[in-house]
Amino acid sequence: MRLTLNIWRQRDAASAGSMQKYELDGVSEDMSFLEMLDVLNEQLNEQGEEPVAFDSDCREGICGNCGLMINGQAHGPEVTTTCQLHMRSFKDGDDITIEPWRSDVFPVLRDLIVDRSAFDRIIQAGGYISANTGSAPDAHAAPVEKKKADRAFDVATCIACGACVAACPNGSASLFMGAKITHLGELPQGQPERYDRVVNMVGQHDAEGFGGCTNIGECTAACPKEIPLDVISQLNKDLRTALKQGR
Amino acid sequence: MASAQGTSPLNKPAQQVSDDARGYYTHGEPLVDPVAPTGPIDQRWTQRVFDNRLVNPANRRKLDIIIVGTGLAGGAAAATLGEAGYNVKSFCYQDSPRRAHSIAAQGGINAAKNYKEDGDSTFRLFYDTVKGGDYRSRESNVYRLAEVSANIIDQCVAQGVPFAREYGGLLDNRSFGGVQVSRTFYARGQTGQQLLLGAYQAMERQVAAGTVTQYTRHEMLEVIVADGKARGIVARDLVTGEIETHLADVVVLANGGYGNVFFLSTNAMGSNVTAAWRAHRKGAYMANPCYTQIHPTCIPVSGAHQSKLTLMSESLRNDGRIWVPKKAEDCDKDPRDIPEEDRDYYLERIYPAFGNLVPRDIASRQAKNMCDEGRGVGPAVTEVGPDGTEQQVRRGVYLDFADAISRMGRKAVETKYGNLFDMYARITGEDPYETPMRIYPAVHYVMGGLWVDYHLQSTIPGLFVTGEANFSDHGANRLGASALMQGLADGYFVLPNTIREYLADGPFEKIDESHPAVVEARTDVEQRIQKFLSINGTRSADSFHKQLGNIMWEYCGMERSEEGLRKAIDMIRDLKKEFWTNLRVLGTNESINQSLERAGRVADFIELGELMCIDALNRRESCGGHFRAESQTEDGEALRHDDEFAYVAAWEWSGEDGLPVLHKEDLIYTAIEMKQRSYK
Repeated sequence: MRLTLNIWRQRDAASAGSMQKYELDGVSEDMSFLEMLDVLNEQLNEQGEEPVAFDSDCREGICGNCGLMINGQAHGPEVTTTCQLHMRSFKDGDDITIEPWRSDVFPVLRDLIVDRSAFDRIIQAGGYISANTGSAPDAHAAPVEKKKADRAFDVATCIACGACVAACPNGSASLFMGAKITHLGELPQGQPERYDRVVNMVGQHDAEGFGGCTNIGECTAACPKEIPLDVISQLNKDLRTALKQGR
Repeated sequence: MASAQGTSPLNKPAQQVSDDARGYYTHGEPLVDPVAPTGPIDQRWTQRVFDNRLVNPANRRKLDIIIVGTGLAGGAAAATLGEAGYNVKSFCYQDSPRRAHSIAAQGGINAAKNYKEDGDSTFRLFYDTVKGGDYRSRESNVYRLAEVSANIIDQCVAQGVPFAREYGGLLDNRSFGGVQVSRTFYARGQTGQQLLLGAYQAMERQVAAGTVTQYTRHEMLEVIVADGKARGIVARDLVTGEIETHLADVVVLANGGYGNVFFLSTNAMGSNVTAAWRAHRKGAYMANPCYTQIHPTCIPVSGAHQSKLTLMSESLRNDGRIWVPKKAEDCDKDPRDIPEEDRDYYLERIYPAFGNLVPRDIASRQAKNMCDEGRGVGPAVTEVGPDGTEQQVRRGVYLDFADAISRMGRKAVETKYGNLFDMYARITGEDPYETPMRIYPAVHYVMGGLWVDYHLQSTIPGLFVTGEANFSDHGANRLGASALMQGLADGYFVLPNTIREYLADGPFEKIDESHPAVVEARTDVEQRIQKFLSINGTRSADSFHKQLGNIMWEYCGMERSEEGLRKAIDMIRDLKKEFWTNLRVLGTNESINQSLERAGRVADFIELGELMCIDALNRRESCGGHFRAESQTEDGEALRHDDEFAYVAAWEWSGEDGLPVLHKEDLIYTAIEMKQRSYK
């Protein structure tokens, strides 16, 4: 198939960017979206034009490194990561607009690459269980109700790609944060730090400049791992409890 | 049996008679692990943990540790050493430590917990791992791995890793390729992700505590060896292009495997050998580089645009049946129209005892044989031969769930394999519930890596190597669910207890940026970058990488022969010349430049590829993932030659124009007897 691509090009964080148009022919429906960009880049390199920079690593939907706004949707038209989106979701003659994640907290570093280090800082603020190596009791010392263990796993599948933030009209990272708070909060091991965790993570989230949640639900619709919206309810519930305790 | 407890040798050192690689290498002194433990095998590690000197907590904060890589091995080590109070600097090329490729491991992690009371034990896990590795690993290291495996599970559960559980709330286990006990802990098909997030969160906690500093989007490009010791690294900030010097008392490489030398593999796009290769060029020996694991159940290549391959968990072979048509003319038919009597369930036919569950290397090689015979299935794709010739080949075999669906019902198959079926459908556009899946082997893991002693120290003092990047634990073939075990064993429990023996002599005399070794390393890096940017040829780094991959896959892949390997070495040498004269890297050093990043990685892959071929050429035996056409039984099975090759081949770099030097480390077993594997 033949495509017209409108791609955001930006030299670095300090420069202004703009949309550029490229024609690409011979695209096979078996290509992934990123392989289509590989083909474009090979073509640009031959023509003496610098290739389009974009993040990707595992290309099997688990590392969370890739992520593009495709025709205005985070990760494009399917519920999956950009690397797992295939060109059979498009048709000959399509115009495709490709932009980096939209969020002030994720500044563009070049072309389609953004800086998501704010996510690491939110985890540093409390997204962990304090258990030094060597201090652990036997793994069977604390049984976990299967329902809770399964829910902990379901929400622990978040890949921190940032699609939730890019999709949210308020630029909130509540889904990302709620997933971690729910994962650790469902487990007995996570109880001792549960309420300090939520206060500290929310504090960091706000300090980074992410917006608040207004229950619109774009985040969960865009999430390639289908993290449910109710993790944000859990986050709010834990936060209320924590504040009542005067934390 | 007294001898099997590890107190006396059970085999003699190998004496190599053949010399296929003559002319391509020179002989070096035999290599002996200077810190190899002795005594009863089950006491070696405990004794060593006690014997290794301690570093008192007040001194730890005066000691700087650099760790390159943030996967299971690097992330776990950073967290643990940070908790202990050392100053840790952690480097990764990704934008966050959480994205290291350990995250993509699916199946599970082995541990000798014996929670199922099915006869498992530390010794059995040790035995299975040595046997699975085709008796080409070091027994002391493997026993230690089995020993600490149970602690890993405890540690991960304490961190909140959501392993699968039973209704009673206790942990569930499953069995995995080639063993008869259930010792694999798992978190659905995303075990690697959950274990890595556990290590990552522990590490981020130390970042907050100030013991670990993380440098993301940084790539190590050189190791600094000053006065005979590893004292730091030169890294490039991938955002600004700045070349940075980082100095320390000790350097740990945890940079993963080099499977991407084949271009197409299940590794992440960025996985590379540069950190290890740069260390190799500075004096670290590379051990058994030809030992590659090729995984049988991957989604086949769909065309020349293919950028990577996707693995589907080996667990599929528990219920799926593998077949190809008996007649080549049936290969383009709809598989559902091929009657039962015209199908060849070749694994069940050749290996009636193990059937579809033969080990990875055997399942992979037979799939290749079927396709080479012209009985492969799926769309014919253009294969560009290493010499540039094109041919149309069907590279795929069926993995059929029709029987399983009629036996268990579609619902049960969905519960067990739903996520894998969905992934397959997404990538291929075919519905595996309706039509058989197509699979083909792909490069997945490398057992070879930098040589390390029992303390995980390389031949450069002060340079330690952990996880897939070292060679030590898997011999010539790795068992399923053992990679995660090794990464975390090294990171959480082994390295922290061995590195202190080295650090007890520190802090070492401070060096600064004016030290000649630092200046030299920086200058090398800067000149190399300038060289890439100034060649101004016509071809992208990717195109060289693909060509290298074709050569490696054809001649150093599932089957290797003397003739093919010689040809490959010549081709790689030509490719190297062309690379350095016809590469095109646009842009500058002073910003994100992914073409420049790739150029550096491909340059190192090319040199590694040549060494892999030389190693494969020298090893005229078939063992584990290394199958030499000249060494097989009458019915085409792998034939090992312990009398000649029961040794670790450790290669020393001897300069751009020199020949690699081969140092042999004898493999002497004291707790286990070598046997020929048989799965018939």
